[in-house]
Amino acid sequence: MTILSLQQVTKKFGATPIIRGVDLDIQAGEKHAIIGPNGAGKSTLFHLISGRYSVTSGAIKLKGKPIHNRPPYQIARQGLARSFQVTNIFPHMNVFENVRCALLWSSGYRYSFWHLLGKATRLNDRTHAVLDQIGLSSRAHYPAAELAYAQQRALELGIAIAGGADVILLDEPVAGMSHSEAQSAVQLIRKVTEGKTLVMVEHDMNIVFDVADRISVLVYGQILATDTPLNIRNNPRVQEAYLGEETAGA
Amino acid sequence: MLKKLSIWVVFLAILLILPLLFDSIMGISILNQMAIAIVIALSYNMLLGQGGMLSFGHAVYFGLGGFMAVHALVMIEFETVTFSVTLIPMVGGLFGLVAAIFIGSFSTRKAGTVFAMISLGMGELIAASSLIFVDFFGGEAGVIGDRTFGPPFFGVDFAQDVEVYYLAAFWVFIATLFMYLFTQTPAGRMANAVRDNPERAEFIGYSARRVRFISFCAAGLFAGIAGGLFAMNFEFLTEENLNAATSGRVLLMAYIGGLGYFVGPIIGAVVLTLMNSLLSNYTELWMLYLGIMFVLTVMFLPRGFAGFIMLHQLAWHHGRLKTLALPYLVTGVPALLCAASLIGLIEMSHTEADIFHFLGLPLNPDQLVSWALPVLLTLGAGYATRSSLPQLRDAWHAANTEGKRAK
Repeated sequence: MTILSLQQVTKKFGATPIIRGVDLDIQAGEKHAIIGPNGAGKSTLFHLISGRYSVTSGAIKLKGKPIHNRPPYQIARQGLARSFQVTNIFPHMNVFENVRCALLWSSGYRYSFWHLLGKATRLNDRTHAVLDQIGLSSRAHYPAAELAYAQQRALELGIAIAGGADVILLDEPVAGMSHSEAQSAVQLIRKVTEGKTLVMVEHDMNIVFDVADRISVLVYGQILATDTPLNIRNNPRVQEAYLGEETAGA
Repeated sequence: MLKKLSIWVVFLAILLILPLLFDSIMGISILNQMAIAIVIALSYNMLLGQGGMLSFGHAVYFGLGGFMAVHALVMIEFETVTFSVTLIPMVGGLFGLVAAIFIGSFSTRKAGTVFAMISLGMGELIAASSLIFVDFFGGEAGVIGDRTFGPPFFGVDFAQDVEVYYLAAFWVFIATLFMYLFTQTPAGRMANAVRDNPERAEFIGYSARRVRFISFCAAGLFAGIAGGLFAMNFEFLTEENLNAATSGRVLLMAYIGGLGYFVGPIIGAVVLTLMNSLLSNYTELWMLYLGIMFVLTVMFLPRGFAGFIMLHQLAWHHGRLKTLALPYLVTGVPALLCAASLIGLIEMSHTEADIFHFLGLPLNPDQLVSWALPVLLTLGAGYATRSSLPQLRDAWHAANTEGKRAK
């Protein structure tokens, strides 16, 4: 079943086309990676899907419903969550509050000013469960800004997955991490996205080939190929356009 | 839980005991002003401290609520309506809320500069309207009411200021409690999230604009309640109560007290009310000192008085607070002396009297030698303060790190 579908999506900034007609169908439950050289438009594509940018033309559908040109909060409410390439947390709030805020909408609290969160036992339990999952229980009362980088990345991921969204977009989740940090981050990503649809942009090819069921190669705003990791690796056009030197080196 | 409850009991007890300690006419008058200031400063912090909205026009909701409350007093007086004047603050609050709903519907679209500019513009607009809509604002003369005409409340007719104080204390307690509880709700927490990172808040399902709007309306409601208390206390409102100067004073209170802490604005409200009502008896220049204090706070205590107190949490936690007493004294005494002689200098240059008492010493401002002592004292005390800073820094370091090791 197709859960996320992009149809002839284009995006121009002024007269400059960044995304030039992308068609992409993501199946429910699949782990999909988007790779491509710098400036190919991977992050832009994420911003279009998650509502940060409006599309110039084309359509994006989540579970059959059009979501393009909707504000981010409406898209989020329909079960699409994302993380950011540059850590994007709530710096002056503590770790616990960061995660609890990410849980509020999906727990049905909406804009309530008549519920006291101290008494919301189930919500607080769920928050602790997420903190356990991302390994930040011992840091629950630290201001988010004071966490180490890898912990901030874990929190970034925690905020994205806390709300129980079934489609999760991760933008370079292990960027800037050491090798061992990246390894445990991948374990974490596998764990928290189990049974969910994952779309991720990542530069580290080992991780991409390790995690993804299918890979799309984005070059100059167009999808060159969408296929299984093995077929992508062997695709001569992909090798020519992008993978060439990296696979040769590997 | 019990600890939190006891804080509220202590707060209530202080509110009830204060008028027994300061029972002069002036004491009660200052307490009433403090009560009003606390509510407005706390409501302002809902915008700036909790919600990240820098408003230059918060007095608008205070003033509009106050004007409406005075009109309600007049209506009670002429028996157009009949209800107890104890509810007057709520009249102010509801009108403040209505104004906030109207203005907030467009001003909360963005935070930052856009919001600040709109708040400034709306403040000017409403202040200017006061000379246009004379029926409501009373023009330059303002509007006058009388709080004693309502049906007596258990025999109390609010002819005495102290009776107004107890009413104000009740509303301060209620307003403070509800403003605190607001911070514990989803809307209150999301206000913090939107303040920190409005973009990310949208990706977890919340419209930043709607979150701001809710805080804005709540702030308008409580500012209006403060306006209603003002109407009860002074029975008189003019354009001055909703103009930019009043808005600025509210900002100063919240900032000097400390935006990051719930109690910060309370501290700021108390300090500024005291300066306003006591210092102004001694010197015409008190606004200058207030300005200097504000600048110093922004530069050296960016988290306000409350933040300064909280800095000592770690040292206190490890029982090392008393090791700081002597170093504070060594720096504090010359610093105070320096400040005092500097103030003396400023006052001496301002005075028109023939004899100026500088720290008790009669000096003639017209003679050049009279200036030598204050200048030397200022410089000397300033130098002593400066020289004492390293020992304070070392003591501070020791108090905070040795404590860590002990843990």
